[in-house]
Amino acid sequence: MPDASRSAPPILKVDGVTLQYKTTEHLVTATYRVSFEVHRGDRFVLLGPSGCGKSTLLKGVGGFMTPVEGTMSLNGRIIDRPGPDRMMVFQEFDQLLPWKTVLQNVMFPMECAGKWRGAEAAERARHFIEKVNLTKFAEVYPHMLSGGMKQRVAIARAMAMEPDILLMDEPYAALDALTRRKMQEELLELWDDVRFTVLFVTHSIEEAIVVGSRILVLSPHPGRVKAELNCHQFGHTAQGGVEFQTLQRRIHDMLFAERIEAEAADAHD
Amino acid sequence: MIDTAGKIEPPVRAEFELRDVAAAQFGEVERPLSAFERVWNQAWVRRAAIVAFLALAWEIYGRTLDNPLMFPPFWDVAQALWHDFVKGPLLSRMTTTLQVLILGYSAGLAIAAVFTTLAVSTRFGNDLLSTLTAMFNPLPAIALLPLALLWFGLGIPSLVFVIIHSVLWAVALNTHTGFKSVSETLRMAGQNFGLRGVAYVRKILIPAAFPSILAGLKIGWAFAWRTLIAAELVFGVSSRSGGLGWYIFENRNLLETANVFAGLLTVIVIGLFVEGVIFRAIEARTVRRWGMQR
Repeated sequence: MPDASRSAPPILKVDGVTLQYKTTEHLVTATYRVSFEVHRGDRFVLLGPSGCGKSTLLKGVGGFMTPVEGTMSLNGRIIDRPGPDRMMVFQEFDQLLPWKTVLQNVMFPMECAGKWRGAEAAERARHFIEKVNLTKFAEVYPHMLSGGMKQRVAIARAMAMEPDILLMDEPYAALDALTRRKMQEELLELWDDVRFTVLFVTHSIEEAIVVGSRILVLSPHPGRVKAELNCHQFGHTAQGGVEFQTLQRRIHDMLFAERIEAEAADAHD
Repeated sequence: MIDTAGKIEPPVRAEFELRDVAAAQFGEVERPLSAFERVWNQAWVRRAAIVAFLALAWEIYGRTLDNPLMFPPFWDVAQALWHDFVKGPLLSRMTTTLQVLILGYSAGLAIAAVFTTLAVSTRFGNDLLSTLTAMFNPLPAIALLPLALLWFGLGIPSLVFVIIHSVLWAVALNTHTGFKSVSETLRMAGQNFGLRGVAYVRKILIPAAFPSILAGLKIGWAFAWRTLIAAELVFGVSSRSGGLGWYIFENRNLLETANVFAGLLTVIVIGLFVEGVIFRAIEARTVRRWGMQR
């Protein structure tokens, strides 16, 4: 990996961002003064337990929320609204449009944004559907697909747009363990092939290490940056290894340190 | 087995692994259904059988009663229907009714579209639609007929007015409910693709809410049809040509009971056709194909 200080400037800059949202009864501060930078080709993971504001942070980058403090900018432009330069893959399977076939779903954002049209859009769509191994299902409606296949379509749809950054909000959390592992491998193969930039949210330490090249560890209530770690050297094959487990242990202790201390204090009483 | 502490322990058993399970052991894996089963599985076949049974029961009862003034048998009604359809006024009565219906129904839909657009775009529009539907939806459209006659006189405008009233609230209410229940993920996906304003409503909200919209259209159609026939019965003929309701009323006065039944049958058949053929075809092509409805 090239030295960050000498390479090109980061494409995504999040600088001191505080995000708040309102429920019916409370004003919740989801993240507090979070800063990080994502460079081209990064597989940048936001990792933390539930309540650390990682999904809210991703929604902020997606343009669905405006920070009350700090700035977020993509290629130097302030993010102020949702747009197709940041394609999002959601956790929920109902992100596909049920009234369109797989092919039409993948073509839809290209035509909405007017980036590619007609035959060209169809050709691009077929190319990316092939990349996620769904060629046989191109003419099928989403309700006939399994959860994993729906997520693959969503990934193909997002990648076909060639976004500046791909935003993935716990995309594999609702899948079974075997499918999840397969999807993680496929994502890494795709990355090897296309070299896109991805911002990936997860609450699984293992998934973060396998999928990510760099991990931003967030602590909960409100979400604050706890650490930024490198994990580009680990893939699925490294999983049983000592170094992998050491890193996993280290992150685990980082996230649950407070609880362990609290328990230890209880034990001393 | 129970160990010394009294806790239940499952027994430890030997492991095994099977090489190949002979396929012959399964017996019949797949068997085609018999011809009768396949025919009977068609919904329309079963429904046609019910209709045929009802017609037969009617015929038998009519014959045994032997009082064509009160209850003519099915065959007499069928003959009256055929005669009036080919030589009599039934066809022109039917066209008159359908013309008024289509006019009122489309006007109702257009106004419903305006109201729902207002309701999704502004909070005031939302409150307006909620209040108006709460007030007018329970009010039977036919109750407005005396007022309509006062305002618009005898004729098509009065009929159109009551049909609009019967269609508008049902369709607006259902469409609005449909829009509100579109999932957050789908909304965010649409915005993510850069869709805004009218394009967002047209390309995301309307198709996503289509099951509700279709339900509204069906309810609106049924209300409009009922209201129209009832209204025609009340004020009868307009200018020179009356509708189906008038045909029923006229024949009752002439004590042509078989023709009264023929008029009622026409009302039922048109209702069945719209529900069973038109709306069914729309459903099969849209919501059922998309897996949004079984």
